[in-house]
Amino acid sequence: MRELREMKATWIIAALGVLFTFAAPSILELFTIITLAQVIGLAILALSLALVWGFGGILCFGQTAFFGVGAYAYVIAAVNFGGSTWAVLIAVLVAAAFAAILGYFVFYGRVSDVYLAVITLTVTLILFSLIRRTSGPEYKVGNALLGGFNGASAPPLNYPWDVSAFMFPEQVFYVAMIALILVYIFCSWLVRTHFGRVCVAIRENEDRAELLAYDTRLYKLGIFTIGAAIAGLGGIFFCIGVSRVTPDVFSLSQSALTIIWVIVGGRGTLIGPILATFALYYLTSTLGSQSVLNTNLVLGTILIIFVLGVPKGVVPAVSDWIQSRRGRKALRARERRLQRRRPSGGQNVGSTEGAE
Amino acid sequence: MKHKAHTVLETRGLSMHFGGVHAVDRVDFSLRENELRCLIGPNGAGKSTFFKCLTGQLNPTAGDVVIRDIHVTGREPHEVAGLGVGIKTQVPNVFDGLTAEENIWTAARRWHKAPRAQTLTSQIIERLRLGDIRSTLVGNMAHGQRQWVELGMVIVAEPWLVLLDEPTAGMTHEETARTSELIKEINQSATIIVVEHDMQFVRSISQHVTLFHEGAIMMEGTMDEISSDPRAREIYLGSQA
Repeated sequence: MRELREMKATWIIAALGVLFTFAAPSILELFTIITLAQVIGLAILALSLALVWGFGGILCFGQTAFFGVGAYAYVIAAVNFGGSTWAVLIAVLVAAAFAAILGYFVFYGRVSDVYLAVITLTVTLILFSLIRRTSGPEYKVGNALLGGFNGASAPPLNYPWDVSAFMFPEQVFYVAMIALILVYIFCSWLVRTHFGRVCVAIRENEDRAELLAYDTRLYKLGIFTIGAAIAGLGGIFFCIGVSRVTPDVFSLSQSALTIIWVIVGGRGTLIGPILATFALYYLTSTLGSQSVLNTNLVLGTILIIFVLGVPKGVVPAVSDWIQSRRGRKALRARERRLQRRRPSGGQNVGSTEGAE
Repeated sequence: MKHKAHTVLETRGLSMHFGGVHAVDRVDFSLRENELRCLIGPNGAGKSTFFKCLTGQLNPTAGDVVIRDIHVTGREPHEVAGLGVGIKTQVPNVFDGLTAEENIWTAARRWHKAPRAQTLTSQIIERLRLGDIRSTLVGNMAHGQRQWVELGMVIVAEPWLVLLDEPTAGMTHEETARTSELIKEINQSATIIVVEHDMQFVRSISQHVTLFHEGAIMMEGTMDEISSDPRAREIYLGSQA
């Protein structure tokens, strides 16, 4: 019963997403549409962490490592192949493979949760330092210059197998939105499968899952790799949206932001972090255009407020509130029915209820 | 029947040392098919450490664990459980954020396709009388109920060997009595090892008891034999016997 309702919610959200996709170009300015492509990339990144952390229970502090690897792999592949078709696929696969190798050592080495967070963050920062030092013509992969501190420009998307037909910003927006919606549906489905439920069970109690004869290392590696593939996809849209990839994708602030999106949106939901990404991105870009408040100060304050005041995040808090209201309504309706059945004692019952 | 039954679990010279502490020291133990064996002993006797060596939760310092002719020493717990061994640990070890039904389903689904897993789950819920709380989060349940959910997770997998570490800890009298009935029921189709503190409970279920003392097996026999042994009385049973 609960699962049916949850899946219904997925379809409703997906339908709203499609509606937004087709309405947006006629409501929003072109500049906003162009910006949105990169925000969608970030939302896909947030979604990947929502899956890995919220459902898999793996606090990956360096989810941006796979995001950045995806972005760089896309740029390198697209420059070398002269088209985006294979580059997109390769970028996703490279991000997944990178996670599979890293994850193998982490999970099969039975590294504990806290160290996993530290290791993933460290890997991200190592990539940050490495890529920053690649300025100069000698640092190139095939024909693609890495560009060091300044990064490299990202080739635009083209229609599949038609290198000359580049997509316009609006079309990139459509593709990115559809990708986000499809990945969202995929994740919703995934967490309901046997695999997804075992991952949730491992999040709840890894020892127990193991004693039920599940190889928890394999499941964790699985969800970690899937999450990385999704993050890599996000990286592709991000670098196309910005039309550049720079080492900043690996920066500490980007890693921290991703965690903040998931905390604010709500762990254990998929839509929460997506919405939080859009909302907080809007907030930071609005704050960026004024000079009264420091953006990071505001973000830090929001994080503290959420950790202390709304620890479950916005979406779980709102859905709890709706459910408790619904419960109270049902209770009141039952009481009214009871009153009607006993008209003589009704007055009395009513007054005591009022006192409560 | 008993003389025909063959050995299904055996340890040879099993030792588990933590630094200088010999928690389990050269234990030779064997268990025949369809046996219901209780492991007893005072606190720190090494029962739970021994138990964890059987389940793969601890990797023994020396010696061998053999389950149905397969050497499982040093194997991962999921590999031991994968042989069809049902394991319940000392503290209630459940999925707190999931409902009772989801907990038991997760155990059943490991071995069966979805429809069969659902059927088995419903059967177990009925058998354990968990119907009223099937949709309650296990984290919100009372201690005894959590123990029952965990027992449900163990038996829904239809194991042929069941290892239970203090299954009645924290249970009321009535719950303990029901658990002892349940264990006898499981024993119809499975071999069982129970680590237990509660002497009355041991007396009510057990045919054969192994007494641990200072990391080694001190004696084996029926509860009556053990409680009439002066040394055993001295180290453990005291006035209780």
